[in-house]
Parts: sequence; C-alpha cells; structure tokens
Amino acid sequence: MQGMSLIVKNTTRLVAGFIALFGIYIVLYGHVSPGGGFAGGCILAGALVLIVLAFGEEYSRRVLPHGIAKTSDCLGALAFLLVAIAGYMAGGFFVNFLDRGEACTLFSAGTVPISNLAIGVKVGAGLFSVFLALAMFRRSGERGAGGLLSPRSAAHNGDES
Amino acid sequence: MDPVFILMVALFVFMIIGSLIAVETRDLLSSVICLGAVGFGTSVAFLLLGAPDLAITQVVVEILVLVVLVRVVITRRDETAATGRGTLATGSVLLVMGVLVAVVFWMLASSGAGGLQVRPFGDPLMNHEGPASAMAPADQPQLAAGQAAEPQSIGGAYLKHGLLGTAVSHGTGAANYVMGIVLDSRGYDTLGEATVIFTAIIGTYAVLRRIGRQSHAGHVADR
Repeated sequence: MQGMSLIVKNTTRLVAGFIALFGIYIVLYGHVSPGGGFAGGCILAGALVLIVLAFGEEYSRRVLPHGIAKTSDCLGALAFLLVAIAGYMAGGFFVNFLDRGEACTLFSAGTVPISNLAIGVKVGAGLFSVFLALAMFRRSGERGAGGLLSPRSAAHNGDES
Repeated sequence: MDPVFILMVALFVFMIIGSLIAVETRDLLSSVICLGAVGFGTSVAFLLLGAPDLAITQVVVEILVLVVLVRVVITRRDETAATGRGTLATGSVLLVMGVLVAVVFWMLASSGAGGLQVRPFGDPLMNHEGPASAMAPADQPQLAAGQAAEPQSIGGAYLKHGLLGTAVSHGTGAANYVMGIVLDSRGYDTLGEATVIFTAIIGTYAVLRRIGRQSHAGHVADR
C-alpha cells in the first residue's frame, strides 16, 4: 500500500493531529460533556485509518506499530476490568471508590474518567487493528491483481459488477 | 406544529428513501453511499431528540464503517448475479408479520380484561414509582419543611442524586449524566458491551490471521 496523491498526503499531515487531539479531548472530557470513551476511541481509530489510507501501511507502522495496537487493545480491556474489580476496596464490584471531587471539572466523578480512558484506548486500538486485519486480508487475496487499488478503480470495479 | 416534529418526519422520509435505494440499486458503491446517508440521517435524528452522546458515536462509527466498506469490501469483484426477488410475495409476508406483531403487542399492552398489563409504549419501567429509591442517602433524614420529597422512581433518583457525589449519597458526580449512568450506576452493562467488542475483534483476528492459516488445511489456502 503506497498511499495516495500528494494533495491527500499534505492534507492528512495538517489534519490528522487535530483529529487525534479531538479524540483525546472527547475521551478525557467524556464525564463532563457529551462524548465518552467509545466515541473518542472511534475518532482516534479514524485518525489512524486516515494515516494508513493516505501514507500507506508501511508508514503507519512508524506511527503506531501494529503489535502495540493489539497489545493496547487487550490492556484497555484489562484496565477497565481492573477498575471494576478495584471497587471491592469500597465494598463491591463497580463501586465508585475514588473521591467524587467538584462536579463539572476534569478531575471529578471518581472512577468514571478512568473507565473512559480505558475504553477509549481499547476501542481505538481495537478498531484500528480490525481495519488493518481487513486491509491485509484483502491484499493477500488480490496479490495477482496488482496489489491495492485506488478508490478510483474501486468505483470502476463497482460499475462493472 | 412543532418544527422539530416536521424535521423528524422529513428526516425519516429521507432515510426510508435512502435505505430503499441502498437495497434496490445494482451498484455496490451507490448502495454503500446510500447506507452512509441513512446513517447520517440517524445521527441528526439523535441530535434533534436530545441525545448528543449517541449522535457523536453514530457519526464516527458511520464514517469508520463507510471507510471499511469502501476500502475493503467493494473492491472485491462481485460475482453474484441478480435474481428476481418476488416483490409481491415478500411484501405480503412482511405485511402479515407486521400486522401480527401489532395485534400481539396491542393485546399484551391493553390492561383490560385478559390483558397482561405490559407497560404501555413510551412509559418505561424507569418511571415506575417503586416503594423506595435505590440511590437515596443511606441515613434517610426526616423531611424538613419545604424540602422536596424523595423521588419514587429510578429515573427520578438518577436525576436528583446524579450530581451530588458525596460519601452519603450514591451519586456519581459526573456532569454528563449519561456517562455517569453508563460507567458507574450501570457499569455491568458497559463491561458486557466491552466484552462483546473485544470478542468481536479477537474473532476477526482469528478468522483473518495469516500466521498458521497456510500451515494446516491446504484447501483453505488455495481458495
């Protein structure tokens, strides 16, 4: 996968960082404003998918190695479970054992932002891994047809069928 | 008439037309694009109904799914040939099933003689006035003069105690009530959802992996 044209690459260079930043904001402020771990994680995965589409799969390994994506997927799920189990310190499963703090601020609501963070990491890395797995599967399936096709020829194929 | 209602009706008509085109068109790319239009219509509908959390999630997931569909699915050559669908037969079966479901629901929901007294549509169990609210403070003080009474339903208790977050009250302290309920009051739900997603991702890996796929079962690798 060699990526797309220069225009797409330059636009991606400008935009991808801001998309990732917005995703992180949505994850961190999920307990104050609309959003949350799942939505923010999806936005993070979208930024990574954009990098893969624009620069190619080889370049994306430098941004986020695929092994780390798989590992952080599992670690996010484990962290969420640990937050739930840590509730036993206060008496039960999923008990909010931390100080609630002042409402409407970043450090409030006890375990809710920690759970959001875990879910965000888990969903972002997981969806990115799924996209990579599907893309690699397609490449191995169409090796005889000249590797990955651009979206232009994708539309062409759609017309033929 | 309420302008939001008119907007919703227009949106629903738009979404129905989009899904009909997505089903009926021959071109896979057009079908996927119509699917995206339906998804964005759903997102705007969520926004109009006052659910910004769902609207954000819907937009983002829709974009990701569209990218995956366009990039991964469409470029594979479609070898299937179109066959007749039997519109009349399918339509009549769907109509009969719809009428059946409506009649069964009406019979169950009617609280008259013979009815099973299922809660009516639009009045969920969360509004049910129970004997005591689950989230009330542990040491229930006597009501002072002019103090509002404890809400007697679960939904009301969420709204009353959600932002308190003291050691006495069982509130979450999250300003976003939805996140407080999803991640604290009903954390089991979210843990189950996360497990579902995790299992789906692991399953995708197991099906699509390259390592070990060719070593055993050569007929799979030849396909």
